Order: sequence, then structure tokens, then C-alpha cells
Amino acid sequence: MLEIKDLKVNIEDKEILKGINLSVKAGEVHAIMGPNGSGKSTLASALAGRDYFNITHGKIIYEGKDLTELTPEDRAREGIFLGFQYPVEIPGVSMVNFLRTSINSMRKYRGQDPLPAGDFLKLMREKKKIVEIDSDLTNRSVNEGFSGGEKKKNEIFQMALLEPKLAILDETDSGLDIDALRIVSNGVNKLRSPENATIIITHYQRLLDYIVPDVVHVLYKGRIVKSGDKSLAKELEEHGYEWIKQEVDANA
Amino acid sequence: MQTLDKYLELFQKNRKQIGKDDPPFMKKLRDTAIASFRQSGFPGRKEERYRYTHLEPVFDGELSFDFQPRQIHFDDDEIFSCDVPLLDSMVVTVLNGFFHHPGKEALTRLDNGIIYGSLKEAIGQYPDLVKKFLGKNAPTSDEPFVALNTAFSQDGIFLYVPEGVRMERPIQIINLLLSDKNHMVHHRNLFVLESNAVAQVIICDHTLSPHMFLTNSVTEAYTGENADLDLLRLQNEHNNSCQVTNTWISQERHSRCQHGTITLHGGIVRNNLRINMVGEGAETSALGLFLTDKMQQVDSYTVIDHRKPQCTSNQYYKGVLDDISTGAFNGKIHVHPDAQKTEAFQTNNNILLSDTAKMYTKPRLEIYADDVKCSHGATVGQLDEEALFYLQSRGISKEEGRLMLMDAFTWDVISKIKHPSLQERITELVGKRLRGELSRCNNCAMHCQE
Repeated sequence: MLEIKDLKVNIEDKEILKGINLSVKAGEVHAIMGPNGSGKSTLASALAGRDYFNITHGKIIYEGKDLTELTPEDRAREGIFLGFQYPVEIPGVSMVNFLRTSINSMRKYRGQDPLPAGDFLKLMREKKKIVEIDSDLTNRSVNEGFSGGEKKKNEIFQMALLEPKLAILDETDSGLDIDALRIVSNGVNKLRSPENATIIITHYQRLLDYIVPDVVHVLYKGRIVKSGDKSLAKELEEHGYEWIKQEVDANA
Repeated sequence: MQTLDKYLELFQKNRKQIGKDDPPFMKKLRDTAIASFRQSGFPGRKEERYRYTHLEPVFDGELSFDFQPRQIHFDDDEIFSCDVPLLDSMVVTVLNGFFHHPGKEALTRLDNGIIYGSLKEAIGQYPDLVKKFLGKNAPTSDEPFVALNTAFSQDGIFLYVPEGVRMERPIQIINLLLSDKNHMVHHRNLFVLESNAVAQVIICDHTLSPHMFLTNSVTEAYTGENADLDLLRLQNEHNNSCQVTNTWISQERHSRCQHGTITLHGGIVRNNLRINMVGEGAETSALGLFLTDKMQQVDSYTVIDHRKPQCTSNQYYKGVLDDISTGAFNGKIHVHPDAQKTEAFQTNNNILLSDTAKMYTKPRLEIYADDVKCSHGATVGQLDEEALFYLQSRGISKEEGRLMLMDAFTWDVISKIKHPSLQERITELVGKRLRGELSRCNNCAMHCQE
């Protein structure tokens, strides 16, 4: 589904990603872990098409298409979803207007008519249950005044509505208490299927107790320095990142 | 010849024609006004108040001026469709500054004592009533354009709401400009609300021919004790026009006033607003929203005078500027020594959509009392790039996302408009304007531009 080949990304003149190779197949869950500043969020943003990241080298092939040719909105319409580490508050744009515009933009791209109002409300009700989101939240402006947990739930709620093929969840677990973590992970698990794939970006192993990954990668200094199965996450939990850092720095 | 001399000469030469049926008090008012204007002249480039809008060259242009209403025969329905058609309002039409009332009374007095119609007619029929108010709150020494208007204005709308009377329907004043050459208009409105009276007034401006129009209008409003005035102005002249509005409002004890200015189109627009709180516990809110592109210039200048204790004022002005348009906001809150327990707030937020649009904002507080709550804040920025990316990441196109963010930005002001159907209509008009779908000829059926 996703093929990243020797991807190098700059922010201004600074090279953040220094040659990433990653292959994700349908049905898989990949976890990307790594210490702070290793480039995890840069990778997520580059996949979603944030324009201040400058791709200097390499390719991102998604479903046979060169992703870098697509605008952020077209990537979303092709089925890529980014769950934000810091979801943006947008005062004055109501959740309902936002979600309806989003869904209908996707439908239009697929040549479908806009969703009738009744069906839209029904869909919202249905998906709200997945993340146990408060009805009241959808009557407010996008993320405005939401608590940290509510913002993250809202991301998963949007994911449930949009049914992406490839979901990239950037530090979705940060700032969540144990209940919110359970709800968010349940949401993600319910949405797993053999047709879609998930990339989970996280600093801690904690989330991976709930969402079990097929592959775990360690990102350090802009490169994937280690890949393994879920036991790698356990190892990192026990020993921290120090041993990997030492290993990599010794070889450098 | 200097522009000032041109106007002094225009006045002297036509002294007999200008207000030829004037009662003595009006003659005196005009003489005082022209004397003030002779002294002040047009505000120069160095004058702080007019730093960003230089109007003398506009007044210096070749412009016709009418001393009597022109006999233009037209059917309102045929050439003009209103911007706010669903509003159940009493509509009065002003054509080139004169009350337009073919086949109807120039002045109407309703059973409940409400009087509305031509100001000129009111001066003739109710000289004592008009004399008590006209020019009292908008002194000609304060503002050159008020002086100029007082000297030259021929007509406009008069509204009188007696004590305790609540107007059931809003009055909608439609200012139409229609000419076969470049034309200047000075018109004048006077609204009087006695104590406990309630009124809502909507003023719309429209240009119906492509000629350059220069309008210099004065609106004076008096709100008596515990009276309630809602005054909304919708500016939608074409971009080859220049409009100077002067709105002077005086508020007695516990009166409430809501003033709003929505500017959709217009070449050079200067809005002077002065609210004079002369009674204790008065409340006022002033809203402003302007959307500019191309070479438009919109300049808002407000002064809120807190003269008595326990008055509240809230100013909320927003602008969205594109292309090489220019905006200015200069807002002064003046709290006089007597005005303890004043609460005065002012916000001015602006968004620049291009690198070449310019916005000048200058909030000013002058406080001479010690027990007050006042704040002001001004911002000039761009659309939030993070928010835009968030929308895009959900499949919403950049264009649509920008519009959603602009709608949200403007909704902050529009949501404060009280009348629901008016709020709805303005939302629609502003939305269309932002989408570039609102032509200034939308409400004209003459299709002269197409």
C-alpha cells in the first residue's frame, strides 16, 4: 500500500529525514517509535503533505501513485488520514459544517452526490459511539475549548467517519489519561480491517499494549535504525532508547 | 482655485437656492456651518484624523450637484431589487439625497405618533421639533465634513418616535444614486427617539449608474432615557464611488444603542462614528465589518465619549483585505472625569489576504476617571495556516478551506446583529462577497455594466 524509498526531507536548510525506507501492506499496523527530535512527526507531516517540509530526495509511493505530486486535500481524498499530535482549534467553524464539508469533498472526488442531511446525522450518531464522544462536542466549533483527551477522541471520531485506507496517528497517546487511552485504542482497533493499514507514531510503548503492531520501527536521527516485531517495543520500554543510540552512534 | 474656495463660491452663488424655504434657524445653522468650514477647510494630509484617507482631491473633481430633486422617473421595482428583500420593513427611498415619494406623502404621521419621511418637509411642518435636535449633536466645528453637509444638505430622512412607542417594524432607508454624470450628494438624516422608545433603522446604499458618486452624509440620532436604537448600515456602492458618512449619536440615561456598519463594496469609504453618552448607565455597541479588494479604501474612525458614570461600550471591528486595498481603523475611547464605573472595550482584528494589502489600526484610550474597566486590542494577520492545513488534511480544498476560515472570521461580527432575518441575509451577502459572487450590480436590473 505504501512504499517509502530513501526519503530525505528538509525543514528550511536542515535535513531532518536522512533516507527513510518503509513498506506498509494492507492489513498491517506499523509502530514508529523513537526519542524526541528523531523526525517522527516530520515523517507524518511529509506523508500528509504539509508544505513547509521540503522533500529533497526519494519517493513516496501510495497505491501505485507518487504521493508527492498530490495536494494535501487529494491525499486525504485518496484515503490517507493524519491524526494530529496537536489538533488545531478553529473558532467559528462548527464541527457539523466541518465534517459535512469534509465528507462531501471526499464524495465529490469519488463522483458521488453529497450525503443527504438525514444520512449524515445518522452516520455521525453511529460513529460517535465508537469513540464515546460527547454529543455536545459536535455542536461546538472545531476543537475549540476541547480538553486534550477530547481533541484526540475527536481525531479518531473523524477517522471513523472518513474511513481511511491508511491512517497515520501522530502521538495520539500523548496527554491521554488511562480511560481516554482505552477509548482511543478501542476506536482504532474497531476500525482495523484487512483492507486498511495504520501507522502509529509514538514515544511510549504504552499505546502498543492496546493496539498490537505487526512491525515496530525505531527512528533515530532521521533514519530507521531498527525494525522488529512487537517484542522490540517491550525491549525499548525496559531499556529505554539509550542502547540503540549507543549502537547507532558507535557505528557512525 | 483651491478646493475650499470652490465650495465657498458654490455656496455663496447658490445661497438663495440652498434651502430656499428654510426657516430662520436653518439659515443660521447653514451660515454657522459654512463659517466653520471656511475656517477648517478640507483636512490636509498632515492631519492625523485623515492620515490614511485624503479626500480633498475627490471633492475637487468635476461633480454636478442638485439644489432641487431631479425629476427622474423610474419604477423602483423595475430597476432595483432590494438586498434584504425578506425583511418586513417600512421602506423609504432616497434618490440622490432627496426623499423619493412619487404619489405618496412627503411626511407620514402614524396614529401612534411616529413621524417619518422627508427631513425637508419635517423642517417645514414641525420646525420647533426639528430645531430642538438638528445640528445639536453634530456640531459643525468638530468635523469639516459635518460642516460641509450642514451647509449644503437639502433633504434626507426624518424619523420621530414618541415617548414609550415601540416601532413594530424596522424602517429601511434605501439610498439610490442615479445620474448621467459624475455627481455629488449631501444628505442628512435625523432620528429622534423619545424616552422608552424603540426603533430599528437599516440604511442601504446603492449606485444604479456607473458614474462617479461622492456622498457626504450626516446621520444624527438622539436616544432618550431608556430608549433603544438599533442602527445598521449596509454599504454596497460601486468601486468608482466615494462615501463619507458621519454618524453622531447621543445617548441619554439607560438608553441602548447598537450601531453596525457592513461594507461590501465602495471605492473610498470613510465612516465617522461618534457616540456621545450624556446620561448615566447608557449602553452601546458598535460593530464594523469590511471586505475590500482591488483598490478599495475603507477607513473607520470612531469616538466613544463616556461623559457620565456607569456607561458601557463595546466596539468590535473586523476587516478582510485583499489585492492592493487599504483599510484603517482609528478608535478612541474617551472617559471623562465624571464617568466612574465605565466599562469600555474595543477590538479590531484584520486579515490580510495578499502581500500588498495594507491595514492601519490605531486604538486609543483616554481615561480621566480612576474607577473604570477599559481594554483595547488590535491585530493584523493572515489566515491561520495551521488551521487551513487541518481542513485540507480532511479533504477540503484549499480554496474552500480559506472561505470557511473567512466565514468564521466574519461570523464573529455578524453573529452580533440582533435581527435574525437580517443576520441571515448579511451572512449570505458576506459569504457571496467573499466568494466573489456578489456583483455590485446584483440588485440592479438595468444591466448597464454587463
